[in-house]
Amino acid sequence: MLELDKVSLSLDGEVFLNDINLTLKRGELNILLGPTLAGKTTLMRVMAGLDKPDRGSIRFDGESVLGVPVQERNIAMVYQQFINYPTLSVYENIASPLKVAGLDKVKIDSRVDQVAGLLRLEEFLDRKPNTLSGGQQQRLALARALVKEAELVILDEPLANLDYKLREELRSELPKLFAESGAVLVYATTEPSEALVLGGNTACMQQGRIVQFGPTLDLYRHPEALQSARTFSDPPLNTVTLSKGKEGLTISGTSQVINLPQQQLIAGKYTMGVRPHHLSLEKCSGIDIEVNGVVNVTEMSGSESFIHFNFNGNDWVALVHGIQNYYSGELVSFYIQPSNIFLFDALDRIRNHNSVEVTK
Amino acid sequence: MKPLNNKAWFMVLPVLVLVAFSAIIPLMTVVNYSVQDTFGNNEFFWVGTEWFQELLTSERFHNALQRTLLFSGLVLLIEIPLGIFIALAMPKRGIGVSICLVLMALPLLIPWNVVGTIWQVFGRVDIGLLGHGLAELGIDYNYTQDIFDAWLTLIVMDVWHWTSLVVLLCYSGLVAIPEVYYQAARIDGASRWAVFRYIQLPKIKRVLLIAVLLRFMDSFMIYTEPFVVTGGGPGNATTFLSIDLVQMAVGQFDLGPAAAMSLVYFLIILLVCWVFYTIMTSYDNDEIG
Amino acid sequence: MASIKLHEIAHCYNAGKGAGVDYALKPLNQSWENGGAYALLGPSGCGKTTLLNIISGLLRPSEGRVLFDEKDITDLTTEQRNIAQVFQFPVVYDTLSVAKNLAFPLQNRGLANDVIERRVAEVLQMLGMQAKANLKARGLNADDKQKISLGRGLVRTDVEAILFDEPLTVIDPHLKWQLRTELKKIHQQFQHTMIYVTHDQTEALTFADKVIVMYEGAIVQIGTPEELFEQPKHTFVGKFIGSPGMNVLPCELRGSDIVVNGNKVALGRPVSVSREDSKGLELGIRPEYVKLSADCGIPVDITGVEDVGKRIVVRSKFHNSDVNIILREGEGIPGNPGLIFEPSKINLYQNSYLVGTV
Repeated sequence: MLELDKVSLSLDGEVFLNDINLTLKRGELNILLGPTLAGKTTLMRVMAGLDKPDRGSIRFDGESVLGVPVQERNIAMVYQQFINYPTLSVYENIASPLKVAGLDKVKIDSRVDQVAGLLRLEEFLDRKPNTLSGGQQQRLALARALVKEAELVILDEPLANLDYKLREELRSELPKLFAESGAVLVYATTEPSEALVLGGNTACMQQGRIVQFGPTLDLYRHPEALQSARTFSDPPLNTVTLSKGKEGLTISGTSQVINLPQQQLIAGKYTMGVRPHHLSLEKCSGIDIEVNGVVNVTEMSGSESFIHFNFNGNDWVALVHGIQNYYSGELVSFYIQPSNIFLFDALDRIRNHNSVEVTK
Repeated sequence: MKPLNNKAWFMVLPVLVLVAFSAIIPLMTVVNYSVQDTFGNNEFFWVGTEWFQELLTSERFHNALQRTLLFSGLVLLIEIPLGIFIALAMPKRGIGVSICLVLMALPLLIPWNVVGTIWQVFGRVDIGLLGHGLAELGIDYNYTQDIFDAWLTLIVMDVWHWTSLVVLLCYSGLVAIPEVYYQAARIDGASRWAVFRYIQLPKIKRVLLIAVLLRFMDSFMIYTEPFVVTGGGPGNATTFLSIDLVQMAVGQFDLGPAAAMSLVYFLIILLVCWVFYTIMTSYDNDEIG
Repeated sequence: MASIKLHEIAHCYNAGKGAGVDYALKPLNQSWENGGAYALLGPSGCGKTTLLNIISGLLRPSEGRVLFDEKDITDLTTEQRNIAQVFQFPVVYDTLSVAKNLAFPLQNRGLANDVIERRVAEVLQMLGMQAKANLKARGLNADDKQKISLGRGLVRTDVEAILFDEPLTVIDPHLKWQLRTELKKIHQQFQHTMIYVTHDQTEALTFADKVIVMYEGAIVQIGTPEELFEQPKHTFVGKFIGSPGMNVLPCELRGSDIVVNGNKVALGRPVSVSREDSKGLELGIRPEYVKLSADCGIPVDITGVEDVGKRIVVRSKFHNSDVNIILREGEGIPGNPGLIFEPSKINLYQNSYLVGTV
């Protein structure tokens, strides 16, 4: 178990990590999700002991690891770039951490075979890394991390430099690969869809802060703050400002009333957030909220269409099934089920909890 | 996991001792001498800043300093552009690369006094290939008598010896530029000059700074070559600070003034390097188009 | 703007070096319309960047001719071809400001200052970078640098074509959306001929009118996003496009029925395709068109369920084949599940090539 308590780090007046509190359990995949420069890599470096925080404590299995150099801790890291020993064969690459640990030949052989099998590298064992494709090279780097049986495995956007299809393939394999190990797994990514496929727990990061932490799907379905809903949305979250007044909750600048069930709200400004796939072209029930806008552009991918439109001065996007071609300038209406709406107050905190059922 | 090995620090110890003996202690000795007067037999008299005052007002020192600065300036003005030009002209791949690199490295491998001797002989009117050849062509050339010829010989010699260093440094910067930059420039329709000005020059700026600093320090401290070729003459025409310093310290055994001069010399080099460095790095940050 | 014609184009990097031609790009003929938005889609090493560089003139093809508006430009240099190209990694002129970077291609072509200023202001607005116009390019982050690269591609109005080589690779997901949509809008507005190279199917399908799918140095299919999705001509296209890709199951024809491993596929009508033999015959069906039904259909073992928020991917195993099913948010898995294929969406393949639909 890795515990971070009030960890902060700033450099030259710039805050990189701001009061990070996290408890990561062994055997669970923990995802750090956030845009570039959100502090993901810095946080991972601090966890590994490569950087020292200004404040706060870091404990592994209850023992403080602050000041313990990275060589003394059993850590494996995989980076965005494929880093392997270029002069060693695939076999020697995988075996290298075991040799350092001083295992005997027989034991090394069996471990390498096992891991190479898991990552489908058996047929390349005699080859040099630079004769492998990008996906194979990254699998090799993963194999080295896996064979080590480290207590803390850090994966920093390991799939970012791979082709789309390969990424998809490795993405669904990864959780299985590390499921058996009793290590604390930390995985950084900028892509919400990657976090969703990987599952596990997710920590949404923004400007050096952890906005929210919890099981990945929970976070997706029940964001506590506007920032985590924004970070965890691909395509981007649609938002519009609402005002609560005498007439009830209205879209700011218009008289359109938004009726949300059981809301006791004080007067003031609110933000409504809707995920693109919750905008539907058909009305499903009488309580559905209608939004009208002017189409900007439509993108079609065969199975889905993304309709970009202007709603009350905001750029919105709807994700609908099939081919739906709307032309620029066309008027379009969408319907939203009230239960799919996120409502955030002036401080960007969630004010309703939507009730989409979690399928198990 | 092995524990962190702190013994590594002991490995650095010999170097520290060496540096102490070879640099710090001699420097302190020089500082000591510069504020005292001595007539040998280990007798010292405290003179305070007298040597410094004398030095800074002495015409001999001013002249030597001016000559040295002029020499460094000329050498930099020629070697830096020439070095960049040659580096740009060198092939980027293929067999030509190694041939060019070896050719470029050759002058750098020759010891200073040998370089001096080569040029001393080369330029002689009676037996030197260059000197004699020029005389045959009817050109009046004699570096032992004519001030201009002496300067010309020294500068050509230095350019011949050291331009390679600038070339190699710039070349290393140039080959590190990704091909895609040149491709983008072609698509943007950039001229050869624009490619140099906006892609190559910014990318080699850092190595160029190192080249300028190295060449300045080296040329400012030049001693062996002019000593061998011209011996500081004709007259005092090529008596640079270093030659002057040796004459004072070894020839006249004026240890006090020589020590003061060394320190001033040292401070000038530091100061000029700092100025160069500040100008070239601040240029980086301030330039807004 | 120009139409682009590729006549008998082929390329091998080791041309003229002994026997055995190893084509990076196999011989092809293409004709692309003036003002079209095309995407070259394929995995790395499929020859898409090679093809792009042949069009831009950075690479001379070892065989064939390139024509812009019927004019042979094979021997012209990149500069003479008057095209714009944006690369995968940001290329900026470090010492120049953002505005000067954008003005650079125009200045090189000697345009009047007021024209340049006006055009640069337009592009700055397009990219939403007005506030950064006077900052030096070197201090910017990767996103902004790539925006400048894109801007330099878009700043010239008179180009024959704009080429993009995986331009959004280094961009953050949120910005990716914004820039891609912006590019699409720019295309609709100005009708430049645009060619976009990518390995990302979403980028290709949403950006282009016509997508050219490449595989091992050859073009395997050209079509609209809808065609590629509904009727992939090759199983590679079916698997490459879509997430997850098309399910492909070995099958055979028995009379007017399709039989998968002894199980008759419910079609509701006879198959119109007839084959002399069923050798190498496969059925292709997209996960979007597979339904799970209780107690009927082809029985399968569910091996995994991935809830990815907006939809649920169900992984199942049927004999030796993997079958993926996509359920919408909120849909559940019935007990004793069986697969039901939507008959009109079934494609039949023989030796990997499309032979017919049901």
